[in-house]
Amino acid sequence: MIEIKEIEVLGKKDTRSGFGEGLLEVGKKNKDVVALCADLTGSLKMNAFENEFPERFFQVGIAEANMMGIAAGMTVGGKIPYTGTFANFSTGRVYDQIRQSIAYSKKNVKICASHAGLTLGEDGATHQILEDIGMMKMLPNMTVIVPCDFNQTKQATIAIADLDSPVYLRFGRPSVPIFTQPDAKFEIGKADTILEGTDVTIIACGHLVWKSIEAAQELAKEGISAEVINMHTIKPLDEKAILSSVAKTGCVVSAEEHMINGGLGDSIAQVLSRNNPAPQEYVGVDDSFGESGKPDELMTKYHIDTPDVIAAAKKAISRK
Amino acid sequence: MKANELERIASQVRRDIVRMVSAVSSGHPGGSLGCADFLTMLYFDTMKHDPTNFTMDGINEDVFYLSNGHISPVWYSVLARSGYFPVSELGTFRKISSRLQGHPSTDKNIPGVRMASGSLGQGLSNAIGTAEAKKLNGDKSLVFTLHGDGELQEGQIWEAAMYAAANKVDNLISTIDYNGRQIDGDVDNVLSLGNLKQKWQAFGWEVLEMDGHNIEEMQATMAKAKELTGNGKPIMIIMKTEMGQGVDYMMGSHKWHGVAPNPEQLEAALAQLEETLGDY
Repeated sequence: MIEIKEIEVLGKKDTRSGFGEGLLEVGKKNKDVVALCADLTGSLKMNAFENEFPERFFQVGIAEANMMGIAAGMTVGGKIPYTGTFANFSTGRVYDQIRQSIAYSKKNVKICASHAGLTLGEDGATHQILEDIGMMKMLPNMTVIVPCDFNQTKQATIAIADLDSPVYLRFGRPSVPIFTQPDAKFEIGKADTILEGTDVTIIACGHLVWKSIEAAQELAKEGISAEVINMHTIKPLDEKAILSSVAKTGCVVSAEEHMINGGLGDSIAQVLSRNNPAPQEYVGVDDSFGESGKPDELMTKYHIDTPDVIAAAKKAISRK
Repeated sequence: MKANELERIASQVRRDIVRMVSAVSSGHPGGSLGCADFLTMLYFDTMKHDPTNFTMDGINEDVFYLSNGHISPVWYSVLARSGYFPVSELGTFRKISSRLQGHPSTDKNIPGVRMASGSLGQGLSNAIGTAEAKKLNGDKSLVFTLHGDGELQEGQIWEAAMYAAANKVDNLISTIDYNGRQIDGDVDNVLSLGNLKQKWQAFGWEVLEMDGHNIEEMQATMAKAKELTGNGKPIMIIMKTEMGQGVDYMMGSHKWHGVAPNPEQLEAALAQLEETLGDY
């Protein structure tokens, strides 16, 4: 048993609501912010922005390719468009539109993607995209952000308006613990070390950050000291944070609600193999589509839950 | 500008096109030649724009999107001839490190280009976005586009068509290069567009038609199109053209869509096109 810092839980909310509040706030701050939605205004929590700024809200209907193209065109004229739809329809469905009109053309579009990953739940695999981080991080000029809770999603939504380049912002549907401070400034590309430890580094993004905190608390009971890093920005990746932590702990676990192929873990492995190779274990979905079910059931079945992070941490330590 | 002056510029543009594609044995001369008259008129007569002070935002200027990006040679020539960049740069087309990429790109900051194009079907959406931004900015200038007819087989075009009419995007004048041909053959044989005019009318657009090689008629049609802006409807001009126009052996076939002339064929083409402004 070792003592670890207590993480205060401030409540429970969905990250998409953080996006909705952040969008309203950034809309008040910056008159160039416009929002586009492909018939999912309620699901994306964009109603508040729509009600406050009807002339700056564009309902495009179920036509995501057109939405991406219009958003790119709006930047010519100085607007900062935020597009909103599910992660699947924000990426896979419109990859070429993003590639040509947004990433290659370096347009200041914020692609805001909700219901990412398995925790979309009962709708099943058609909607549960697990490849989006990979697709987006492969695009030159694209910044990829996956915040961990309500507060951080809100702050990230506000912060990205000041970055004059394309951004992919990924968040989710279920209600999850809030453990970052409401006024914590979001710094793109700067990892947050949530818990300090010496035996293993757990680097997580999105919903897996809380799971990793839970894992660290359990590991502490067994005398294992885990460092937990919230890697909310997957691209550009905070290489310094990874290398300095792994230099201390000697092994790493990556944890994400995404396919292992092409996810955060792959990005971390590249940094380590180039600089300081170390044992790494991956918590993520292993080359499989999801299925219908409750979010918690799916996290368990597809091995991206707290016990999986614990097991991965022990395995990584054993390989040192 | 008078029609005969525009014709003289277009002749030089055609010379540029065949020389550019021949020099690198690649590129798309057919559609480029077919749109030489139209783009010359657009840049030298129709649009309000400032070639000497290019801005990405295009505020208080007319903005143009080339949605069928493969006819980049004609656009590059017209941009250079109207002063966006030196005409000598046309000699770098498709060569390593050139600002004149095979398909238009903003990647190397070539003045005049605001969006990459080449993967078809995206330019109409881009134009709608800029048209909406202009409305928000209280900017009365217009947005123009050009599309291939084969390009209309892309579904995104029809998403955009629906949006523009439903949202009264009436500061937009689009044109279709209706030459009836695409890489694999006649559009009618590859995937027929059916009654194009009725389709656009049914989608809620104001539809005009013109002969893409009769500059006086095109000027009159453009004047009418401008009059029709601000009336709650987007405007589509169906422009009848001949692929390869101006070079006899390239006309009447889809063969020269994406094939460059060899040195002998180039000489034969240049013999038919008067050098009016000096070759680059």
